[in-house]
Amino acid sequence: MLTDLSIAGAAEGLRRREFSAVELVDAHLDGIEALNGRLNAYITVVADQARAAARQADGALAGGDVPVLTGIPLAIKDLFCTQGVRTTAASRILGNFIPPYESTVTANLLREGAVFLGKVNLDEFAMGSSNATSAFGPVVSPWTRGDGASLVPGGSSGGSAAAVAAGLAMGATGTDTGGSIRQPAAFTGIAGIKPTYGRCSRWGTIAFASSLDQAGPLARSVEDCAILLGAMAGYDPKDSTSADRAVPDYRSACTRSLRGVRIGIPKEYRPEGLSPEIEAMWESGIAWLREAGCEIVDVSLPHTKYGLATYYIVAPAEASSNLARYDGVRFGERVAGATLDELYENTRAAGFGAEVQRRVLIGTYVLSSGYYDAYYLRAQKVRALILRDFTEAFEKVDALLTPTAPSAAFALGEKMDDPVQMYLNDIFTVPASMAGVPAMSVPAAVDAKGLPLGLQVIGRPWDEEGVLAVSAAIERAAGFAARPTLRAGVGA
Amino acid sequence: MSLESATIKKIARLARIGLDEAAVTRLQAELNGIVGWVEQLNEVDVSGLAPLASVSGTTLHLRADVVNDGGDREAVLANAPGREGPFFAVPKVVE
Amino acid sequence: MSYVIEGRTGPWEIVVGLEVHAQVVSQAKLFSGAATAFGAEPNTQVSFVDAGFPGMLPVINEYCVAQAVRTGLGLEAQINLVSRFDRKNYFYADLPNGYQISQFEQPIVGTGKILIEAPGMESREIGITRLHLEQDAGKSMHDQDPTRSMIDLNRAGVALMEIVSEPDMRSPQEAAAYLRKLRTILRYLGTCDGNMEEGSMRADVNVSVRRAGEGYRTRCEIKNVNSIRFVSQAIEVEATRQVAVWEDGGVVDQETRLYDPQRGETRSLRTKEDAHDYRYFPDPDLQPLVISKDWVDGLRAELPELPDAKRDRFVAQFGIAPYDASVLVAEQANAAYFETVAAGRNGKLAAAWVTGELFAALNRLGVGIEASPVKAADLGALLDLIADQTINGRIAKDVFEDMVETGRPPGEIVASRGLRQVTDTGAIDTAVATVLAANGDKVAEYRGGKDKLFGFFVGQVMKAMAGKGNPALVNEALVRALAENV
Ligand SMILES: [Mg+2]
Ligand SMILES: [Zn+2]
Repeated sequence: MLTDLSIAGAAEGLRRREFSAVELVDAHLDGIEALNGRLNAYITVVADQARAAARQADGALAGGDVPVLTGIPLAIKDLFCTQGVRTTAASRILGNFIPPYESTVTANLLREGAVFLGKVNLDEFAMGSSNATSAFGPVVSPWTRGDGASLVPGGSSGGSAAAVAAGLAMGATGTDTGGSIRQPAAFTGIAGIKPTYGRCSRWGTIAFASSLDQAGPLARSVEDCAILLGAMAGYDPKDSTSADRAVPDYRSACTRSLRGVRIGIPKEYRPEGLSPEIEAMWESGIAWLREAGCEIVDVSLPHTKYGLATYYIVAPAEASSNLARYDGVRFGERVAGATLDELYENTRAAGFGAEVQRRVLIGTYVLSSGYYDAYYLRAQKVRALILRDFTEAFEKVDALLTPTAPSAAFALGEKMDDPVQMYLNDIFTVPASMAGVPAMSVPAAVDAKGLPLGLQVIGRPWDEEGVLAVSAAIERAAGFAARPTLRAGVGA
Repeated sequence: MSLESATIKKIARLARIGLDEAAVTRLQAELNGIVGWVEQLNEVDVSGLAPLASVSGTTLHLRADVVNDGGDREAVLANAPGREGPFFAVPKVVE
Repeated sequence: MSYVIEGRTGPWEIVVGLEVHAQVVSQAKLFSGAATAFGAEPNTQVSFVDAGFPGMLPVINEYCVAQAVRTGLGLEAQINLVSRFDRKNYFYADLPNGYQISQFEQPIVGTGKILIEAPGMESREIGITRLHLEQDAGKSMHDQDPTRSMIDLNRAGVALMEIVSEPDMRSPQEAAAYLRKLRTILRYLGTCDGNMEEGSMRADVNVSVRRAGEGYRTRCEIKNVNSIRFVSQAIEVEATRQVAVWEDGGVVDQETRLYDPQRGETRSLRTKEDAHDYRYFPDPDLQPLVISKDWVDGLRAELPELPDAKRDRFVAQFGIAPYDASVLVAEQANAAYFETVAAGRNGKLAAAWVTGELFAALNRLGVGIEASPVKAADLGALLDLIADQTINGRIAKDVFEDMVETGRPPGEIVASRGLRQVTDTGAIDTAVATVLAANGDKVAEYRGGKDKLFGFFVGQVMKAMAGKGNPALVNEALVRALAENV
């Protein structure tokens, strides 16, 4: 089935004219038609635009040499501004915002010939780990665990993960601030990489926490992630935090030998009460890498346990400022008020959901006079320690291997009344975000209920190639073949 | 440290989020939970450490002083929920 | 002589510090590529960055950084090779992002100084605390509609330099002199046009009062005063108010006030309790700004001669009084004009003509020196005609007026109007004889001891010669004739 192909395989098939880009796009649009009502992965589908782009791709393919993603249908997280196409950040406050510009990351994908199927759901302003905070309703995972409960796809890139896992797109863009690519990838049995901070431009992507936000791809294979990342990444003079570095050939890194590569196993990622299934998967991962020729080294990242608390100060602080622009004056939703301040208060009370309000208020609090030093400044200092942990570990090893998340996907409604319980989902993904280093989740096993579990590979700054090489080795060894219950052409 | 409802109202005011009493009560419990939890950072010895604001380690690139943006008023105003001719319009601000 | 406010209970000293917002001269904005030109149609110079659209990011303008460094160098200030941008968070209709990008903890320029001078005042050094770069806000217009305010974002994001002084000024005159001197320096550097009417230079004034020898008392900040005259007035009015508060046993509250020039009073801007919690934090969209010493040295090497150096040179080179020199250097164009006039001539005479006749004429015409009808070379030529005795000083003033009216060169005026002075002693003797003959009574009085009449005879002879007599020769001839025995 066309919707089961990898990006690499589909690109090959398109070049050999085994099928057309229009057929490929139509197969995905059919899948969306059949399943999106249940999964709620897409907020906006641009079928006509996608078909037109596919026709153009077919024309280009007929002409010969074409860019790598020509005709490949992708889903775009609705946090990337897309010119002329409504962009919501899954928030009411953006109303019917139609960006007059294209984000750098999506522009790069278009330049490589990609076809956009639509904009996919997420936690509101990317704030969440379950995709339950979207103003457009939760995304339902295409996986089921037998008790009839609807599972979360993870978040915040939950729509991206669900769409890719269910075959409603060949790949998707995501953004990762504290784990928002890696955790949903793990929950849905696909791969996803957060590159080094500064590798992908943040220009035109709606900001959550500027010092942490990074775009990256989600796809069903490590190689597909490598292909997508190669297209998305690159220096952008419009983003002052973008790195002026050449983008390496990520795809070829996937087949690199791992002989002699030193893999660190951080002891702090084995907290008390870690589920035996997660532990077992981790042990398998260690064994696979050892067999692949890696040297396994025990390392310590002593400030790991403070990562989350640090994150829940730094990210809300930045968010409270980044989200101040949503005030009902220049774009987006406005709720009238007798005075300007009333207009602001009404607009932001109605426009932001509960989790966003919570984080904006926490962020305002930790920056406010009298609390700045105790919370924000202290967190910035602890952040320096977290970075130092990684720097020191990477003096001894080339990459780190950890579980991606402390559990498999949970059901909608579970963990949702206590914000702190929800935040603990990101316990293994947040430290790499705080340090800005690249990290990838790759599916490694299924648990007793048949739900996917992911391993996380963390690399040195700018060494996405190393991360991809290790992840690809795990992928080959794991032979992960489980597919979700709901997917295009099946179970609909 | 525990947040009083007056503190919740003050930060809500700073953040321009209108809250009714029920929301204040709910948020007081939630925010106290979060703030109490993040205070675990008090265990960490941070003496002598410089705060880390950015992980990128690079410095600012400088742009040339060239006019290459702006000049499209319609695009800037097109999404405005309150517009009056060439202006964004808001309820009258009394100074 | 120091300035004091005489209160009911004795004299009070005033303490003034200034925060000046100076709009940077640049083509594009501080963090976007939109234009900065003054007076454009509303919202036509707005990029999505300036309007705070989702996903938009700031990228700093190198020239604005250079302008701040140049200004710092002009203030003999410390240049910080590493500085940082912070966000100042508050909601306002003309602040699109909900924060202003500014420099709070690590400004680009540190401590410096300005030398101020005014008539009747010793020149004094005023300390500069810092200079930082920040974005301007947009403009809210409240008078176009009964129920709504209109927002124009053209100015949003334009680069400002905030220049903060130490509380070193002790009188309204010193504050005015500081602002004039700062404006002069900015204009010399070309970093700000200093136009207060258009708002490209705005002053926030911090005022407190104290008894001689005391430490500082509470200050009030008077926001956004938009002319030098109003700054002086506002200081006087505010200091007087504070004296009254203290003397009535009250306490001055630290607050922000506005100066109302119509009523000649300051009034409190009733600030809400939250107004001062700006929640500054490092802007995560911007890395530290790092500049090299070489780059700074390059800017230093290209600085123009600054007013203090120019004044000292004028004093040394042309022998003119320091105060005249400081008047001449206050505007670069005036100084350049003077230098052209004075080159190779009598510097004192040149200074007297430029600051006297020329400035008076320009004042009368209401034009700047760039539009002077009398070109510097022509004024120089006029001085040459005086020096080589082609005309006398009195005729020179007539010629100058003619130059102002017609723009003709002085040689041409002298020739066409036959104003060349008469040095022919025969003609002078004839005129003297005629005048003495016609005023026999006066001659008798003079000879009887009424010396003062000499001036009368000079005037009559010059009149008889249509003003063209060489004054020295006329004097000689008169002395001789009046001394002759009858
Ligand atoms: Mg200020
Ligand atoms: Zn300022």
